[in-house]
Order: sequence, then structure tokens, then C-alpha cells
Amino acid sequence: MIGIIDYRAGNLTSVVRALNHLGESCRISDDPITLAQSSHIIFPGVGAAGEAMANLRRTHLDKWIIEWAHAEKPILGICLGTQIIFDYSEENDVQCLGLIPGAVKRFSTNLTHDGSDLKIPHMGWNYVEFRKAHPVFRGLPEGSEFYFVHSYYPVPAQNDLIVGITDYGTSFCAALAYKNVVAVQFHPEKSGRPGLTILSNFCRWGG
Amino acid sequence: MLSKRIIPCLDVRDGKLTKGIRFRNNIDIGDPVEAAREYYEQGADEIVFYDITASSDRRDIMIDVVRRVAETIFIPFSVGGGIRTVDDMREVIMAGAEKISINTEAVLRPPLIFEGARAFGSQCIVLGMDVKKVPVHGKTPSGYEVVTHGGRTYTGIDALRWAKEAEALGAGEICLNSIDADGTQGGYEIELTHLISTNVHIPVIASGGAGKPEHLLDVLTRGKADAALIASIVHYRTYTIYEIKSYLKRHGVTTRMIW
Repeated sequence: MIGIIDYRAGNLTSVVRALNHLGESCRISDDPITLAQSSHIIFPGVGAAGEAMANLRRTHLDKWIIEWAHAEKPILGICLGTQIIFDYSEENDVQCLGLIPGAVKRFSTNLTHDGSDLKIPHMGWNYVEFRKAHPVFRGLPEGSEFYFVHSYYPVPAQNDLIVGITDYGTSFCAALAYKNVVAVQFHPEKSGRPGLTILSNFCRWGG
Repeated sequence: MLSKRIIPCLDVRDGKLTKGIRFRNNIDIGDPVEAAREYYEQGADEIVFYDITASSDRRDIMIDVVRRVAETIFIPFSVGGGIRTVDDMREVIMAGAEKISINTEAVLRPPLIFEGARAFGSQCIVLGMDVKKVPVHGKTPSGYEVVTHGGRTYTGIDALRWAKEAEALGAGEICLNSIDADGTQGGYEIELTHLISTNVHIPVIASGGAGKPEHLLDVLTRGKADAALIASIVHYRTYTIYEIKSYLKRHGVTTRMIW
């Protein structure tokens, strides 16, 4: 059973639909006791870091996620979920879970490409260059692109945590792995077949 | 770098496609879910559905279509047509759509853009704009006027002013449809697309006029569009999405080729 953490951060049903399509059973919950029965945890989310952290603290899910990760069970962060597992986010100037050393920064407003200003949020399909082999990112065709929607991006304190990088006027970390934690800035549930491959790999990964 | 998006647009009435779509072996497909699946397989980057069902008490049919599409394709898709309130938006988003497109409803009541952006985030709210070329005068200094009801009603609103206002209200994207070019297959309105795209900071999807891959190349380069909407060109199978993308790629446009 895959547990999906519900912390009132956007619509989580697209993750459920993708998992159903893959034949994985899953449930959305905000209850630590229910979530604790899972084999794997997905930490998705769309929204702002400040409100997300407030909701996690209110439901004590913040402590529970840290315990889960420290028990070395597999956890996958997606988009806002990825940002929240860092120490700190510039969005709403908020302290986050601190599972991964590093910070989340806002895209600079003066990014350009070929002389044109780049728009923020970074929204659409972009290429991820995978620099390191990892079981969760196995079997992706060369040239695979993924769907992004975000204005902030993660900056891990240690470069060796970075698995994949993406270019949007600046290079940023789009995928990372640290022990039993994997995290992506893009939306695998909306990234066609390559995205489904990542979700499927994660469900089979022992952490 | 970010790929330019190619987005097929499907018109749905009472749960059926309004135009038959011809795919392989000349099979006519009237089911929007099957058409969405076909375009997903062909490499569409996103799909747009417009619900043109006249009667509002048949909205549940569209919600069922949205739900079935969401179980079938795993790329973003948007739904527009007849969405008047945040509750309408919520219903469509919960059924699985990534984005909501509002057009006439936003012109009649601009705060709807703000309300939607506050409830679901700007990335969910696409402002659809139907625009016609008009003489430059006091009310329409850009030479383009916003029209509603499929081009039948002139609003007296300048297109550029409305685009900027919608951005300020929280729209995350603009789908810019030229009524003059729509249905002609003679090419997009490049001047209009360039004008809007270079004056807002949100992505602009060009719409209306696609007849051949050269038209997409033109609007994505000279027109500075971030994405291009296509309809007849793929519905009648003049070209497949893959053929269009291959053409764009050969001409230096960043486009997603692996799916």
C-alpha cells in the first residue's frame, strides 16, 4: 500500500489516478496511524511553503514524516513536497522539515534565454539530465522530458545528492536522492510515460 | 530549456466531439476520451477541452468525460466552457483537470480570475481571449478588441489592456484566439500574438489559423508564443502531432520528442 500524505496542498487525486493506472493500491490520508501502515510514502503538493508547513505542524505530520524518513522507509517528494523536505524555503521565509540539508530559492526575475526574458513560473515540459544512476530513475529513454510548474527550486547543500539537473536560464536540481528519500521538482504523475516509469520504479524500490 | 507546447483542442457537446476526428484507417472518432488517448499517444503536450453544451443542467456529462480522460492520459489538460463560479472550477479540478479556462465569464465578471487563482493557484487559471482586429481608436489603442460569445459580441475592451488586467488579477496563462484567423487554416495572427506575448509575463498560447507546420513555426518564433493550439490540422489528419513536432525540431524549435 502506497500512502499519500494529505496536508491540504492542492489536488492529490492525479497522483492517485496515476498509481491506479499502474495497478498500485494507494490511499490518501492525513492520519499518521493510517499512513504508518504503508510500505511507501508519497509526499506531493501544489501551493505555498508557508501554509503547507503550518498545516503539517497543526496535524503533527511534520514530526511523523521525519520519523518515517529516519526509519529508512522509502519516501518520494513531488514539487512542493520536495521543497518542504529541505531545511528552509525562501517562499514565505519558512523553516521546513530539514530531512535534506539545503534551501529552496526563488527563480531570479531576470533570467534570459537567447535574448528573451524567461517567464516565471517555470511551467511546461523540460529536459532533465540524469547525472547519476538510481533505481527510481531507471529505464527512462534518453531525451525524456517532464512537466514542471514552480517558481522556487531546491538547492541541496551537497552536490552529490543531485541526480538530475534542468536548465531554465540557470541550472537547478530537478531530481535528488539521499538514502531512502528521493525527490523531484517536476510532476511525474503528469509527465506521460517517463513520469509513470518513475512512479512505478519507486513503488518497487526498497529504499 | 522549456519546450514549446503543442496543444490539440477538442470541442465537446453533450459528451461527444462536435466534429468527427479522423485517425488511422479513416476511423471517425466521436468519443472525446478516445480522441484524448490518441493525441496523448501521438505526443500532445497538453489537451484543451471546450464544453459547448448549451444546457447547464447537462454539465454532469462533461464532468464524467473529464473523469474518464483523467484516468486515461497522464499529461496536463484544461477544460473550458460555461464555468462561472469557483464551485464550477472545483468540480472540474476534482474530476481531474489540471487547468480551468475562462473566457466570456471573466469578461462579464473579472474578479472570477482572482477568486480562481486564490482558490487553486494561478497555474490553474487560463484566461481565454477571443480577439478581433479593429481600427485603432480611443477605446482600442492596440487595434485589437475583445469579443465574446464566439465573436458575436463586441465588448469595447482593448485586448492588450485586458491581457494585462487578467495577469494582474492572477491569470496564470493566456489562450489568445484570433477570431479573424480562426478556421481559415491560413496561419496564426502573428502581430497580435507578438503584441500580447511581449507585454505580459505569463505564457501565451496562440490559437486560430493553424493549417500547416510552417504556421506553428512562425507563431512560436516570430510571434513569441509559448505554445500553439491546433484543431482541424490534426482532427482531419492533414498532419500528425509527431509530423508537426518533427518539422519544428528540424527548424530549431525546442520541442518534446520522447514520450
